[in-house]
Formats: sequence, structure tokens, C-alpha cells
Amino acid sequence: MSIPIYILKRILQAIPLVIIVSIMSFIIIKLSPIDPLAELKLNPAISPQVLQSEKQRLGLDLPVYKQYFNWAGNFVKGDLGVSTSGEKVSDRLMERIPNTLLLTIAVIIVTWLVAIPLGIYSALNWKSPFDRFLTVISSMGMAVPTFFFALLLLIFAVKTGWFPVGGLTSVGFENFNPVHKFFDVVHHLILPVTVLATASLAGLQRQMRGNLLDVLESDYVKMARAKGLPENKVIYKHAVRNAINPMVTLFGFEFASLLSGAALTEFVLQYPGLGRLMLEAVMKSDMNLVMASLIIGTLMLIAGNLIADILLKFVDPRVSLD
Amino acid sequence: MNIFSKITNNKFIKKLTKDKFVFISLVILVFLYLSIAFAGFFAPYGKMFSDRRLSYAPPSKIFVIDQHGKLSLPYTYNFKRSFNPETFQMDFQLDRSHKYYLKFFSQGDEYKIFNLIPSKTHLVKVNSPGRLFLLGSDINGRDVFSRLFYGGQISLTIGFLALLISFPIGLLYGGIAGYFGGAVDNIMMRIAEAIMSIPGFYLLISLAAILPANMTSIQRFTLITVILAFIGWAGLSRVVRGMVLSIKNQEFVEAAKAIGASPMRIITKHILPQTASYVIVAITLSVPGYILAESGLSFLGLGIQQPDASWGNMLKEAQEYINVLYRPWLLTPGFLIFIAVLAFNLVGDAVRDILDPKSRARR
Repeated sequence: MSIPIYILKRILQAIPLVIIVSIMSFIIIKLSPIDPLAELKLNPAISPQVLQSEKQRLGLDLPVYKQYFNWAGNFVKGDLGVSTSGEKVSDRLMERIPNTLLLTIAVIIVTWLVAIPLGIYSALNWKSPFDRFLTVISSMGMAVPTFFFALLLLIFAVKTGWFPVGGLTSVGFENFNPVHKFFDVVHHLILPVTVLATASLAGLQRQMRGNLLDVLESDYVKMARAKGLPENKVIYKHAVRNAINPMVTLFGFEFASLLSGAALTEFVLQYPGLGRLMLEAVMKSDMNLVMASLIIGTLMLIAGNLIADILLKFVDPRVSLD
Repeated sequence: MNIFSKITNNKFIKKLTKDKFVFISLVILVFLYLSIAFAGFFAPYGKMFSDRRLSYAPPSKIFVIDQHGKLSLPYTYNFKRSFNPETFQMDFQLDRSHKYYLKFFSQGDEYKIFNLIPSKTHLVKVNSPGRLFLLGSDINGRDVFSRLFYGGQISLTIGFLALLISFPIGLLYGGIAGYFGGAVDNIMMRIAEAIMSIPGFYLLISLAAILPANMTSIQRFTLITVILAFIGWAGLSRVVRGMVLSIKNQEFVEAAKAIGASPMRIITKHILPQTASYVIVAITLSVPGYILAESGLSFLGLGIQQPDASWGNMLKEAQEYINVLYRPWLLTPGFLIFIAVLAFNLVGDAVRDILDPKSRARR
């Protein structure tokens, strides 16, 4: 099956999934004891007529299933409603999604660049002191709660003053030249990326080490050695390439856990991402925003898994897409 | 043969404790669970104790050498709080007018062992109005050291309780889907996948947010447990379904069918027990996830609420980094979460290596 058809098929498969997710999140929101009009009712400047028309627009007097169809229809048209602060939900999401994607991609690049070489090194020097040291460190990296680590780094940043706290850009960002802009963003990204990379680094390094150890025992590696290939070629051409394939599948999982894990980190480090937006929405009981973030998060997760599957096809030609 | 030597002679335990890291982890876990089981005894103060005059008091200083340079029984001084007009902060100075000797195994606030047996004996305390804050106090003047024990009671048990809900559901759900196959399987798995495809933490916070505010702490604890379980069952059910698909074609299942056993009986009595070793591994490996989820939720203020303690909500005060700069003792719950999760991870890995040799991540 060619890749475009495969993508199309996967998108078609994702549609029922998204519908179920949207129904579930709609039920969750409807179970909520919070009155979506409470904010407006408290505002003395809003007249009863306006409240009435808003009620009709949201369809709050209709049966629940009709409300759902109303909401779903608007969602497909791109109208996600208004947040409690009066801004359009879609605008707020659009402002945050690129930031979260930037953070996630930066974390994935950093983790892969660090974890894969470390994994290869520990597998090749199995049971050496450095390998044991890495095992201990990676166990610790997996165990530290992200928000706690973020907190520790935050204190470090405040004490030393080496890193900016919060945000993605410095004051006066618009007037910087492009190079300065780039380094400013990188400077702001260091702390959140460190927190999130530490969490996923450990798992990835272990997995790579385990995979490579398995592959090194396989028959084709023995064969390659037996026919007298230089050790470098055996390892980097035969063993590593095969050990990396299962890692690509992990890419999808990583994306999912990053989306979730990022929320707490973004909150502690005041990073303007989707997770923090969602958290603030939940705390302010801004239900339109919560609902939209749930769906957008789901769509991003499904897209991440799809990308992982397609990448796997590129690195491993034996995989058939069906 | 007494029970202790029975346990140590057990083959499984022997294998498990061979690695020294795993052994230390087990010791730490036993220690943690013993200390929360007897929290009232180890904690100098009761659950509801607070001294508002001493908010954010630093850790008490324990002296064993008195002012004349002689060895003495351990004693401590109270803190005197005064406002420093230059730094605009509260200064805490030792009030050297009165010594308070540490009293071991003496009577103090009443508590109940296992919620049943009333007792007043505390491991260590000082007489009122002396205050013994081994790890300082929080904003309400509550003893952080005592609250670590009470917080542990929630943080370390909520994961297991959530497992008690999510695992039976996941097993049964996966079992039914795998056994019946076809349309049933299709619909059931789509629903499980839908839950899995919502980013877990987003789902967690939106579920926690819809809990009404006016609940008793028991109700809240129960509902948070249910929510944690709700996030966890879907992944398990998918794996179990996969295993059931291959188990259900084996001969012993055919035999059970031939005797006329009902599908539910076949699933629960014949098929699901076959997944036991995977399930045990999955349980040990998923406990830390629940602990982290609860602490994250409570950290945000969406989980366990004040005045109840949990390690997560104790860290909530540390959200203000200014607070932490001057009061580093507020971070102690974080280190405990870290230690508990690390210990569970190491034990979980070891259990997996023993029960599931195929997926061995070699040490």
C-alpha cells in the first residue's frame, strides 16, 4: 500500500475515535456542576436579555444530545465558542499549539541525540562501571516527578540568574535581529527541555541498550563477524540499524507522554503552552476551552502515532503498511 | 519454622533480594509502609495540630551540649518570631529562656492505630508550650515532619486502591473482548482506544475539575481513586485482550467448553489466570505511575484538599519559588515521592526479570 493511501486510511480510522472522544468529553463537561453562564450572570453590566440570547446560542435549554450536535457542528466549522474572558477559544489555542509543538519537538530531538548514543555505548560496554552508572542515573531520572524537578531547576535558575524564568521570549523580542531571536528562544527553552528530556531520556536509553544487546546476540551479527567484517561495520551497519527500529514505534508513545507530562512542567516553569492553557482553563472552569483542549490534545496524539508508523516504514523497509 | 525464615527461604524472595539495589529498595518500602501504618506514633503531633503564631518556623535545633559545654539530654528551644524592618521578613530567634527536653515514648495528642486502637504514645515530643518542628512548619504553623507521615498514608495507598479498581475492570474487559471477538471486540476496543488517545493528564485534570467542591475528605479521596483507576484500565485491557486471543484457542479452553462451562466461567477461571505473571509485573510497574499522578493532581490543588495532607498538596506551597528560597524544608515531600517511586521502579524491574525472562532488560 502506498503511503498516501495509508495515511488516508488511518485518517478515516481516526474519525470514529475522535467522535467517541468528543462524546466522552462532552459527557464529562455536562456532568460538571459548573454553570457555563455563571461568569456572565455575576457581571452586573450584562442585561437579562443578553443572558437569554447567550443561553439560546449555547442551546442550554435543548436536550443534551441536541446540544452535542450543535457543539459538534460548530466544532467542524472551526467555531469553538468563546472563553470566559471573552476571547475566541480558537485564537487562544492557535497561539499556544505552536509553542507546545516547539517544546515537544525540541525535547524529542534532545532525547534522541543523547539517549541513542548512550544506549549504544552501554550495550557495547555491558556491565562496565559506566554502564552501571548510567543504569542508576536512568532509574533516578525515571523516578523524579516532573513538577518537582521543574521546581528544583526553577530555584536553581532564580538563585544563579543564568536562565530566564517563565515565558518563551524576553522583553523587547520584536526588535531583536533574527540570530538574537533564535538564541533568546533557545535560552528560554533550556529549562523546560531539560526537565522533560530527563524523564524520557532514561526510558529511551534503556530500551536502546536492551534492543542492541538482543541484536548483538542474533545470528546475523554472528554471521557478519564470522565472515570477517570489521567490528565497526558489524555494529553500526548491522546491529545498530536493526536495534533502532523498535525505537521508532516508541516515538508515538513518547509524543503522548510528552503532551501529558508537559502540562505540569509548563505550569511550574510558566511556559506558554497548551498544557498550561488547559490547566488554567480547568481551574477557571472555562468549559469551552477545556473541551477544545481535550479534542486538540487527542488529535495531536493521534497524529503523533501516525507519524511514528510512517517513519517506521521509512527506516525499516520490511514493515508493510496495512 | 517461623514465618520470618519461611519468607526468607522463599525462592522468589531469594531471587528478588539477590541484587543489592533491589534489596535496599525493598527495605525502604517496608520502612515507608511501616512508618505510615504507625504514623500517629512516629509523628510528634496529631493530624489537626497547628500553631498559627509559628507559621514557616525553621526546623527546631536540637542541642546535646548545654551552655556550660557539658553533655546533656537532648533539648530544644522555642522560636521567637519578630519582624525585621530592614529585610521585611519574619526573623526567627531562639528563645533561650526555657529549655524543652525531648521526651521519648510519652503521652501526647490522641490518635488511633489502624483507625481502631486509640493511643496517646508518641515516639518523641516536647512538652507544650515547647514546639518540636523537626522539619520546620508550613504556612499554618503545622509540623511538616508529622504531616509527611499523614501525607504518606494517602500518597502511598491511593495507588494500590486505584489498582484494586482498575485491574479487575481491565482484566474482565480485555477478557470479554478477546473471548467473544467480532463486533463485541471491535466496539469494546474502540472505546478503550478512545480513552487511551486522550492525553492522560488532560483527562485526569478535567475529571478532577468536575468534582463538586463541598465533599467530605473521604468522598474526595474515593473519587480521586476512581478517577485514577479510570485512566489506568484501558491500556491493561488492550494487552490482556491480545493475550486472550492466543489463549482462547488452546485445548484446555476447548475442554472447558465441551463440559459446558459458561463463557464467564471460562474467562474468569480458565483464561485470565493464564495472564497472571504479566499482570503481577504490570501491577508492580504501574504503582509508581499512580503515585506520581496523585501527587501531580494534588500539587495543582485538584486532588486531595487541605486540611488533609498528601505529599503532592504539601508541595503546593513550594509553587512560589520565593517561598522555597527561604524555606527549603517545604521541598521534603518531593524527595519522599522520588524515593518511593525509585524503590517501586527497581523492585518492579526485578519482578519483571524473574517472572518474564523474555523481556529482560539485562543489568
